[in-house]
Amino acid sequence: MKTVSTNNVSADRHDDHKPSGIGRWLFATNHKDIGTMYLVFSCIMFFIGGAMALAIRAELFRPGMQFFDPGFYNQMVTNHALVMIFGAVMPAFVGLANWMIPLQIGAPDMALPRMNNYSFWILPFAFTLLLGSLFTPSGGPAGGWTMYPPLSLQSGNSFPMMIFAVHLMGASSIMGAINVIVTILNMRAPGMSLLKLPLFCWTWLITAYLLIAVMPVLAGAVTMLLTDHYFGTSFFNPAGGGDPVMFQHIFWFFGHPEVYILILPAFGIVSEIIPTFSRKPMFGYDAMVYATASIAFLSFIVWAHHMFTVGMPLAGQMFFMMSTMLIAVPTGVKVFNWTTTMWKGSLSFEPPMLFALAFLFLFTIGGFSGLMLAIVPADYQYQDTYFVVAHFHYVLVPGAIFAIMAAVYYWLPKWTGTMYDMTLAKWHFWVSTVSVNVLFFPQHFLGLAGMPRRIPDYNVQFTDWNMVSSVGGFVFGFSQLVFVWVIIKAVRGGPPASAKVWDADMPGLEWSVPSPAPYHSFDTPPDVH
Amino acid sequence: MDHAQPAVAHDKYYVPHGSPWPFFGSVTLFILMVGAVMTLESGGIGQYVLGLGFLLLFGLFFGWFGTVIKENQAGIFNMQVDRSFRMGMSWFIFSEVMFFAAFFGALFYARQLALPWLSGEGAKHLTSVILWHDFEGGWPSNGPAHLGPSGSGSTFETIPALGVPLINTALLLTSGVTLTVAHHALRAGHRSVLKVFLALTFLLGFLFVFLQAREYHEAYTELGLTLSTGIYGSTFFMLTGFHGFHVTIGALMLLIIWLRTMNGHFTPQRHFAFEGVAWYWHFVDVVWLGLYIFVYWL
Repeated sequence: MKTVSTNNVSADRHDDHKPSGIGRWLFATNHKDIGTMYLVFSCIMFFIGGAMALAIRAELFRPGMQFFDPGFYNQMVTNHALVMIFGAVMPAFVGLANWMIPLQIGAPDMALPRMNNYSFWILPFAFTLLLGSLFTPSGGPAGGWTMYPPLSLQSGNSFPMMIFAVHLMGASSIMGAINVIVTILNMRAPGMSLLKLPLFCWTWLITAYLLIAVMPVLAGAVTMLLTDHYFGTSFFNPAGGGDPVMFQHIFWFFGHPEVYILILPAFGIVSEIIPTFSRKPMFGYDAMVYATASIAFLSFIVWAHHMFTVGMPLAGQMFFMMSTMLIAVPTGVKVFNWTTTMWKGSLSFEPPMLFALAFLFLFTIGGFSGLMLAIVPADYQYQDTYFVVAHFHYVLVPGAIFAIMAAVYYWLPKWTGTMYDMTLAKWHFWVSTVSVNVLFFPQHFLGLAGMPRRIPDYNVQFTDWNMVSSVGGFVFGFSQLVFVWVIIKAVRGGPPASAKVWDADMPGLEWSVPSPAPYHSFDTPPDVH
Repeated sequence: MDHAQPAVAHDKYYVPHGSPWPFFGSVTLFILMVGAVMTLESGGIGQYVLGLGFLLLFGLFFGWFGTVIKENQAGIFNMQVDRSFRMGMSWFIFSEVMFFAAFFGALFYARQLALPWLSGEGAKHLTSVILWHDFEGGWPSNGPAHLGPSGSGSTFETIPALGVPLINTALLLTSGVTLTVAHHALRAGHRSVLKVFLALTFLLGFLFVFLQAREYHEAYTELGLTLSTGIYGSTFFMLTGFHGFHVTIGALMLLIIWLRTMNGHFTPQRHFAFEGVAWYWHFVDVVWLGLYIFVYWL
């Protein structure tokens, strides 16, 4: 642990010497170690949440009740969402931020390394609390991840466990986000002006801002639930002058920016990968930055499109419909810029590029169904049907999660120093991409035909597409084991990767350090041209 | 990497040692939350777990902050680290602003939308006809069922804005001034002025908390105004309660800064902890102004 440093007093460890034993992980301050822990944690949560999803798909394979009672089904639905959002996707992005942001901006580490470790280690405990609630006498939370009162207030012992778990996740996210912002604003190498910042850093900077702005609002909302349940407040009780719809407003004021928290870093990843494998610089870099900022701004004024049917003034519906549709403009700018970047590029199709391309097409499908949902009169038909489920799974699975996989395939050689098994990775891509569409595309039809979400049983006319969807679900679920196998193989060894890794001329500073990246990336600020 | 290359714009980067405190802090939070869950659900042993959690939390603050203060006194933080601390603190305060925004939002929503709708305004005429046809709305209100400590049909009085709340406003605004005087004294190197005015600041803060506690006592015992007094009681106590909690934390932080001052910490150039606490104190002050206007006055 102790190294003798002769030439400086300020940095105590600046060589490649790693601390040994379990202390390296428990007491970590190294951004790469913490990033690795985040990614491993996220992977575990991905499989736990995935197992819940498979339970749901197994139950829905046929009409009638097959395996569970409806209460347990509802617990699966609720926990699948909470685990995937707060346990899988968000920590994966934070893990990537931890690994890559210091490398991309030429910093030695994150700005606040100890707080970094704090924000990670809160998570396993938060999820112990949440998942532990499944084993209480009353079972886990079952009122949906949105926790709408009065339903959520009627949960049993799991109620406070869920609330406090959400508080812990929020604390972790806020600390993580503060760290990202401070790192990007304060730790950039000299010469790296904001408009030279890699787009992954830009999208994370804006994501972190969103996180700090809305996670406290979620904390406030669940605190009100807690006091309504235990201390007799009337926030959501009309008898006392409150309103259950008020919870939905506060929740979605958090919830809609949260949606962009789950996708903006994905935009950043795709904006790194597409130029590399097109061998062209990003088309419209500045426009990408401004589009990201516009999306973030708009995300604060669209929240009520999640609740068009609760009963709100017509003027409110009109406003939220129009503002929601406006988001299509900056998002369109992004999609066009990615496409234009590839225009006349010298394309090659390694696994990261394949996933980025799938993202481009499939996320756009999710974006379009979102536009359909934004139309108030149409939404009266779609609300709470499988169409909504299909919509947000398209933006989250072949959207956010494909981008995460693209990022792992893009940067894995930089982390391990070895090239992974390309053939296996391509298998993973093709099986995933086909099965994810088999899984989610039929859900559009089911929803338009009127199948409600969050119900364990359904009318027989929905059987065929549900069977197709379930088959897709199981194939998709199990094909993710290939992903893990590719990573494990690469960690255990393989052909060494060069510093540049990919056969392209990439400007990013992360490609200027050897593969694997040294334990401490930059002791002194690198030169930026 | 390249050790020979001299750094131009920055000092050499600083990366701290590994530290047990973050992990210790995570365990602490877990114990605290488990204790809270047990207390709320069944009481009994849960209170001891909760108590243990708070004990560990104090240990965490002493241990973690103590380490940082020691490192700082040893002079191993460069200007870049100092800037990171400042940025971190200001973003933390922004998150606090958003936390209060949720409760202010609830207050505005209840007053401007929920209560008028319950009384049949807008498109909600049927609500009034079917459910609460006697309900007039208005503010302050404990809702159509007049919820309160004695169940439905309770009456309550509010705390007049011109009484103790006005005094409390004066106290907090004055504490903002004394803190600024202390800051100027610190920068000018007048240590004795600094000590006196810093002490005045946290004394004013604790006096505020004391008066607020007396108000709460009066509200509970004489005015029928409690946490369960409908939406008025809910918003009133949650907003002023969280604010009072923040004032308490802020005053404790000021006290610690004062103790550090007495020990000769801080220089006219380098005093991040002082400024961080000062920002926090001004934030608490501004929230109070919002509370005074929207909760007590209007």
